[in-house]
Amino acid sequence: MKKILVSGKVEGIVLKSNLPINFLGTVDKKTGIISDQNHDLFEKSIKNSILVFPSGVGSSVGAYTIYSIKSNNSAPLAMICQKADLTVATGCALANIPLIIVTDDEFSSIQNGMKISLDTNSSNPLEYQ
Amino acid sequence: MLELTKEEESALKGEQGEIMQMAYRILVATGEATDAKKLIPIEWAHLSGVNYNTIGDAGEEFLSNISKDARVKVKTTLNPMGFDIDNVKNYGLDENFISKQLSIRNSYETMGVTPSFSCIPYEIFDIPKNGTQVAFAESNAAIHANSYDNLKTNKESAFSALASAIVGKSPFSSLRKNDTPNITIRMKVSDPNELTYGMLGFFAGKVGDTSVNISGLVEMDKRQSKAMCGGMGTSGTCAKFIFSDGDPDCEKIDFDEKEMKNVYDELNTAEKGDLITLGSPQLGLDEISDLTGKLKGRSFQKRCMVFMPRTVKEQARKIGYTNELERAGCEILSDCCTCLTPLINKDSVDAVTTNSIKGAFYLKNSNGIDVDLKSLSQIIEDETR
Repeated sequence: MKKILVSGKVEGIVLKSNLPINFLGTVDKKTGIISDQNHDLFEKSIKNSILVFPSGVGSSVGAYTIYSIKSNNSAPLAMICQKADLTVATGCALANIPLIIVTDDEFSSIQNGMKISLDTNSSNPLEYQ
Repeated sequence: MLELTKEEESALKGEQGEIMQMAYRILVATGEATDAKKLIPIEWAHLSGVNYNTIGDAGEEFLSNISKDARVKVKTTLNPMGFDIDNVKNYGLDENFISKQLSIRNSYETMGVTPSFSCIPYEIFDIPKNGTQVAFAESNAAIHANSYDNLKTNKESAFSALASAIVGKSPFSSLRKNDTPNITIRMKVSDPNELTYGMLGFFAGKVGDTSVNISGLVEMDKRQSKAMCGGMGTSGTCAKFIFSDGDPDCEKIDFDEKEMKNVYDELNTAEKGDLITLGSPQLGLDEISDLTGKLKGRSFQKRCMVFMPRTVKEQARKIGYTNELERAGCEILSDCCTCLTPLINKDSVDAVTTNSIKGAFYLKNSNGIDVDLKSLSQIIEDETR
């Protein structure tokens, strides 16, 4: 693991994408469903997942989308990225969604559907089950 | 690790109230994300997160709550909202949208923000002296500030810019120093227009990290440079381009006809539009002047929405441009933009013709509307008589 941006402790199932996510406009702020048909998570909901993706991209307003999906109970339990970006970092900070940045090797070893426990206070913050 | 002064530490602990604590929590996350070591003062913040269409009820309530106590410490300007109050009644927008939007406007004004409702602050406000540290959300404006205006900013998020406005500081991240790009894009497409530059920007955003070199560019006009900033802001995290060949050992990648076609095929989803939109980013006075000149005596054969800041609309009115545009059939809208406007919806419109790559991306993904991409000169040739 490279860095902890927002701390927390959760367990959940991985929803992974190898494509970056533009939260504004491509993630429904009520349901958490992805609307970009060019995206590999098209029509999937990110709700209650451990969302694993390279990074956020695009509009600065995406931070509000993250805050909104949390307020609407449609947010991921945690996010794991390969690269830190400000939209995701500040959206998660305000919405209190745990967010960590992992190494490239760790990123490639995390598979869709895996069960993960994340505890940023533990000496071993990321455990695969 | 970000090192805080005693006073900053105390704010983070909540000793200066909840608003300051929230703002510092956001700045600390921003600092960690950008490997900053300290906070530095900024002189100007530009905020996104204004349009009710994008921030929704959660955003409206959040702003309403914090506006009771939060005040901005530095000059702070504002992105477009959802409509132009002067003509919103022509667009059948529901009352709930209008009242929520006005609540958002009121919250920002209460906090001391200048209600500029523009995504081109670099064109309608005086630019501070070279090297001034600012905090611009609105991706096209951050890129323009870093690349053309000799200002320094992160590609801020809506929250990091808001926190910077409230605290008057921002983390000293790599883009605020002298970032060295690790990739050079070689422009290989000949005879480019603003659509080409928008696609180049979209491509650059996908391959670049925090900054990119771009070589092979000839002199660009404002429309072209804005198109490039808008395109790059849409697809990536990259917040600066440098007109340079880069170091010899810097990775090189070509933007050629094939790469351009890939972007075009991703964003162009219709062969013709039911209406035309011009302005994302909003048009400045130069572009309005040029558009008026191109339209001389010609009229649009279908609806054409033209988006510009209110200050530009006032100037254009005095010069007589708005009369000329209205004569040509244009609907002039200020305070809002093509991007994420609720005024174009799929119940009444299947496809839009535009020259904006940024507009195309959000029309398709957020409004669910197909897009016919064309350059302005092509639009005028095909759509006016």
